[in-house]
Amino acid sequence: MLFTKASSPFVRDDSSVQSIMRKVLYAMIPGSIAAIWFFGWGVLINLLLAATTCLAAEAWVLWMRQREIRASLFDGSALVTACLLALALPPLAPWWLTVIAALFAILMAKHLYGGLGFNPFNPAMVGYIVVMISFPREMTYWTAPLSVAQGWPNFLDTLNIIFAGQPAAGETFDTITMATPIDTLKTQLGLENGVEATRGSVQYGPLFGTLSGVGWEWINGLFLLGGLWLAKKKIIDWRIPTSFLLTLVLIANFFAVYDYSSYSSALFHVFSGGTMLAAFFIATDPVTASTTPRGRWIYGAGIAVLVYVIRSWGGYPDGIAFAVVLMNITVPLIDYYTQPRTFGKPLQ
Amino acid sequence: MSNQLDSTLALSQFHGGLKLEGHKQLSTRTPIASLPAQPRYIIPLLQHIGKAGEIVVRVGERVLKGQMLAQPRHLMSAPIHSPVSGTVHDIGDYPVPHPSGLNASCIVIDNDFKDEWVTRTAIGDEAYQMTPSVLRRMIRDAGIVGLGGAGFPTSVKQTEIDIKTLIINGVECEPYITCDDMLMRERAREIVSGSEIIGHIIKAREIIIAIEDNKPEAIAAMQAAIAADITSYFRVQVVPTIYPSGGEKQLIKVVLDKEVPINGLPNDIGVLCQNVGTAYAIYRKIYHDEPLISRVVTITGHGVQQPQNLEVAIGTPIQACIDFCGGYQEQYGPIIMGGPMMGFALQSAELPIIKVTNCLLASSNADPTVLPKTASHLPCIRCGRCVDVCPANLLPQQLYWYAGARNFEHLVEYHLFDCIECGCCAYVCPSQIPLVQYYRSAKSEIWEQERQRKQADIARQRHEAHQARLEKQKLEREEKLRLKREALKARPAAAPPAADNTIAAAKAAAIAAAMARVEAKKKQQGLAPKNTDNLSAEQQELIAAVEKRRQQSHRQDD
Repeated sequence: MLFTKASSPFVRDDSSVQSIMRKVLYAMIPGSIAAIWFFGWGVLINLLLAATTCLAAEAWVLWMRQREIRASLFDGSALVTACLLALALPPLAPWWLTVIAALFAILMAKHLYGGLGFNPFNPAMVGYIVVMISFPREMTYWTAPLSVAQGWPNFLDTLNIIFAGQPAAGETFDTITMATPIDTLKTQLGLENGVEATRGSVQYGPLFGTLSGVGWEWINGLFLLGGLWLAKKKIIDWRIPTSFLLTLVLIANFFAVYDYSSYSSALFHVFSGGTMLAAFFIATDPVTASTTPRGRWIYGAGIAVLVYVIRSWGGYPDGIAFAVVLMNITVPLIDYYTQPRTFGKPLQ
Repeated sequence: MSNQLDSTLALSQFHGGLKLEGHKQLSTRTPIASLPAQPRYIIPLLQHIGKAGEIVVRVGERVLKGQMLAQPRHLMSAPIHSPVSGTVHDIGDYPVPHPSGLNASCIVIDNDFKDEWVTRTAIGDEAYQMTPSVLRRMIRDAGIVGLGGAGFPTSVKQTEIDIKTLIINGVECEPYITCDDMLMRERAREIVSGSEIIGHIIKAREIIIAIEDNKPEAIAAMQAAIAADITSYFRVQVVPTIYPSGGEKQLIKVVLDKEVPINGLPNDIGVLCQNVGTAYAIYRKIYHDEPLISRVVTITGHGVQQPQNLEVAIGTPIQACIDFCGGYQEQYGPIIMGGPMMGFALQSAELPIIKVTNCLLASSNADPTVLPKTASHLPCIRCGRCVDVCPANLLPQQLYWYAGARNFEHLVEYHLFDCIECGCCAYVCPSQIPLVQYYRSAKSEIWEQERQRKQADIARQRHEAHQARLEKQKLEREEKLRLKREALKARPAAAPPAADNTIAAAKAAAIAAAMARVEAKKKQQGLAPKNTDNLSAEQQELIAAVEKRRQQSHRQDD
């Protein structure tokens, strides 16, 4: 009787890349629903558009590279990229903007480097940066959140705006879009209006809620919940979000205490913009993050510092994408210098 | 007793590790059974780490049970013995249980079923009056090697320099394996006796018997066996069930909170680890004068009818063990020797049981956990789960990266050789990458490179020596020539002309001399004959006439 040859270990747990990606997608659902709730159909359309483009691009490039299409297409990684990208883009962004960003993410940032596992930069963030730099005007097409706007454009109007660039009769982009709280605050601070003055003003006051911006606090809160679930399931490493949020709170608090009228509170930073999405879903992308335990602390903290710097003194309202990609660059270096102490190796 | 169980010593823990499904109850339902004698035994020469012994029997020779078949000729070696009385049927290459699947030298013994032992004289408690070196020699001659799976020659480990603590390893952390568990349950006193002998040899100050907390029966049995010890020389230490806590370095870390240094050995930190099976084998040697000719083997898995532990003679064909356990279940996969985490798949069931065969695992196809799921794997997504579970605290994903890139320099820098191949990383890998296989392959490639480098060094040295020899010969030849020339020059010492035209000058001189001789001869010929003096007139007329004719003829010739 002859047996087939195989190598130990002969047992494995039931984890798989697919199940990891699936759980990441599940964890994004509550936050995404809140985003749709507050910012309208545009978010859903963006999600579908990005998902379709990413999957199609992934299938095409796998075919071009003569790889097995089925296994890689359904590993879920392209879908995660699509969702992260769609959630980062403004809800009324024209369709071609979403498509360009998605194509760039999959083709350039992911597959030109070798596909899943080989891309040094977070594909969704690279796609975002490309359109952010190329089409700054379209990147401001944020709707006002639900309670502020008394309802956002209906589904057909939204489709029309996204695909034809035509707001409904009697409306213009100026009337249906509105700067995000983080952007508003930045502009006002630039005009030397203080934090309190801006938040208390008649014009901008309604944008701000208890913690941060109206709607944003909910979206961030729900991404936080989803993220905690992921960390509990050990799908993501807890060190990166912990280090990122902790550092952000410490820095923001330091400056807010130093000058509370010129710097937003730590709470505002943590619950604004893409903070929670970044903390639990973007910075934790295993492929592009640091992989050593100590390295992950440094990596998370580095993103927080950059986010705060860009938000407070940089040229863009939210600096998540730049911060993440900049830290992606440093990963090989971080990993090299933070190797764990091998068992039995003497402490220096 | 309970105070020994609830040790006041706080246990440490090693990094990583896994909680695995044990599947131990499969094979612990019945006591250890003895496999009946078989007609033929195949005994491989090399069943341990190190070098094979030298065969001391001939084909056709009658051997007794316990007779030495091969003796060690090297420190890192161990003898082998005949498990039965009978005749040497053959000496040659047979398939042996080894990951390579290659054949190796074996001695085949045909059983005569007379069960005749060699003369035995057990020393028993007299051992305590003997010096450690004598006892070590006895253990060496009994062919005892580490029975936990590694097969390290036991006597080599038992140095007596500064070893304070003896740890008897009854952890048995791999799933499915229960041979140590059953041995502790049934032969606790013997294990304690054997341990005490080791303790005597290494002058240990304490003996700790470490057992995982999933073996309550074994813990109770060992407790009972040391109950008479009032000096607390012995201690049973219960350790948590975390794979791979049975690894020597991991166990020392758990029990003593000490780390064996990189490239070091346990005795560097005053510790010796021995498996319970090894302690039992030493007991058999000291108290029964039996060499290591049998061991307890776990035959288990969902692929066999009656999983159980068997006491089996070394050299027994594996198929006989399976048959004794009722044969296979309907659906079965490959047989794995060792556990599912670190064992290897056997190419056939015709192979013999060897000293390090602790377990034979016949998986069932219906039990998908004991088979690799897919042939291909996804790329590494650097999730770092392998980092979290690595008991050696390595970065398995980086090692995988460098192994794939064949970047051997970085592999060494990232401590590839501290990998204990426990398989934790591959177990948790969501991309299902056979990581350990990559590391093994990289290790052997580095070894091969090292070997080739050494060979190249030797070749280079040889080449250099050859060149030097040629150079030397050339110089010698030139020196010889030079001496010859000088000798030549020394002969015509009268006229030493310039070195360059010595030969030309000599030639010229020789020619000149020859010319002179010819000239002289000519001159001589030109003279009148010497007997022409005092001639008569008639004679002178005659001569003149002859001269005249000669001159005329000369003229005619012209």
